[in-house]
Amino acid sequence: MTAKFNLNTAVGVAILIALLLLPLYVELTGSRFLLTLFTRIVILSIAAVSLNLILGYGGMMSFGHAAYLGIGGYAVGILAFEGITSGFVQWPIALLVSALFALVIGALSLRTRGVYFIMITLAFAQMAYYIVAGLARYGGDDGLTIEKRSQFFQPLNLSNKTQFYYLCVTLLVASMYLVWRIVNSRFGMTIQGARSNDTRMRAIGFPTYRYKLVCFVIAGTLCGLAGALLANHTDFVSPAMMYWTRSGDLIIMVVLGGMGSIFGPLFGAVALLVLEEVLSGITEYWQIILGPLLLLVVLFARGGIDGLLGKVRRKVQHG
Amino acid sequence: MTLFIEQCLNGLQFGLLLFMLAAGLTLVFGIMDLVNLAHGSLYMLGAYFAATFAAWTGSFVLGAVMALGATLLVGMAVEVIAMRRLYGRDHLDHVLATFGLILFFDELVRLIWGAGGMSLPLPSWLNTSIRILPGVDYSAYKLSIIVVSLVVAAFLYWLVMRTRIGMLIRAGASNREMVGALGVNIKLLFTLVFGLGAALAGLAGLMQAPILTVQIGMGENILILAFVITVIGGIGSIRGAFVAAIMVGLIDTLGRAYFTDLLRLAFSKETAATAAPALSSMLIYLLMAIVLVMRPEGLFPASGK
Repeated sequence: MTAKFNLNTAVGVAILIALLLLPLYVELTGSRFLLTLFTRIVILSIAAVSLNLILGYGGMMSFGHAAYLGIGGYAVGILAFEGITSGFVQWPIALLVSALFALVIGALSLRTRGVYFIMITLAFAQMAYYIVAGLARYGGDDGLTIEKRSQFFQPLNLSNKTQFYYLCVTLLVASMYLVWRIVNSRFGMTIQGARSNDTRMRAIGFPTYRYKLVCFVIAGTLCGLAGALLANHTDFVSPAMMYWTRSGDLIIMVVLGGMGSIFGPLFGAVALLVLEEVLSGITEYWQIILGPLLLLVVLFARGGIDGLLGKVRRKVQHG
Repeated sequence: MTLFIEQCLNGLQFGLLLFMLAAGLTLVFGIMDLVNLAHGSLYMLGAYFAATFAAWTGSFVLGAVMALGATLLVGMAVEVIAMRRLYGRDHLDHVLATFGLILFFDELVRLIWGAGGMSLPLPSWLNTSIRILPGVDYSAYKLSIIVVSLVVAAFLYWLVMRTRIGMLIRAGASNREMVGALGVNIKLLFTLVFGLGAALAGLAGLMQAPILTVQIGMGENILILAFVITVIGGIGSIRGAFVAAIMVGLIDTLGRAYFTDLLRLAFSKETAATAAPALSSMLIYLLMAIVLVMRPEGLFPASGK
């Protein structure tokens, strides 16, 4: 937003360019594995971007965000199972169902605040998890294999890995642009105002409950889109997609990257998933390293990667 | 009718077990204002310790007592190493840091005990059934869980409401700085309270261990239930946790047992059979939603919060 050189934006744009060039590198080296990994990273980045909207900008600590991943994914999976493979039907329904779920959950949860909000969103997401696990027709606990990816108009073929990857990257950039537009609009200002001081915002006449609810629904819908992508990526949906630890992963991405910054979720998602990949290469018990690492980030690097980049920039500028 | 009584007792037993977990959670939250997701890990550790020590000593009771002590120690160590630095921080920090602890403990358990589960066999004197009413037999072990839990609940009530430590705990909950200023070693108090919460979680874990298998992640599902209970009961309120735990235990158990039949009255047999498992696991969340709509602060809001 400032014309001055901004390291955070520069790094963010650099990552995006690298993401765009990745298929070229994959073509040259033939490591298809990287493409699969980064498709996943890009999809989860979209989910993290959506969580950042409510968590970073809105101050709503939702611990149930993975529920929308599952709902979006299951919308695609169930429709495919029932023989409806058109993406033009599947995706709008995935978004609509996620939006409706977010509307109901948000309407109830936003009546509470603080730690109650964390726990109630967590509990509702678990409820969704158990409902899905109880769907015997659609595989229950074991999940549901998707035989055929979503069908769109001809040249676009989601079964082509490179095409699908570029679709994901495009949607990631679009969702980051959307969030950027939202937070810089009057609506976004109101949301951020409510984060800093809800009482004052209400006192000057903003019905913050409604604003927050709309924001909550937007975030849920966007994450539903990520869910639809994830289902197409793995050709499989299972309740594990929406288990509460997955919500925890999303929060980690947002906080690790830096809350309330446009590129933060992207930094966080790339950092966490690459770190997971690297650590799991070193030892089978990689979580024993990741866990304490998280603790250290919370204790000592509160602003996340975005904050660190900001510090570096200030050091460079002031010598 | 016999079955119904048995199911009610099962519900009561499950509720009391949940109370052990929820009490520790709500105690830690009420006093230190700390959200501890790793509470479930302590529950898991309690079960693993008990299974190990019981196999080692050959005595169930001795194993249980040693496990209790061990979880208490682990809890206090966790407080001193990690939690202490988190007081006064944002709740989001608590969530993240304790989430990290969950990953750590899950992996640690996998490293030490392996990925396969363990079992904790019951001694023969507990592995029988007792005639509690004419014509009604009930598992002696489950009955002993009910008794132990009630004793612990009474002990907690006595500790918090009738002793000097309890007075300090309550004072610390309403005004931390003031209690510190009056010369109370608040750090030690917090470590003790955290250890107590950990021991309660461990006790719940080791008591549940003979009924279910001891496995990694066993604390996570039940932790969510404990959260639901603290939210329904009002965070920070032990009395609220007790009432809510019994409610949740009964509703969950009876729901699972009778919901299919209940649905069959209104719907076809097939619909009932498919819808019931999903719907009955929703019941407690519905209860929570209703409570929060009526009273956003829970049934027994803790004063001063």
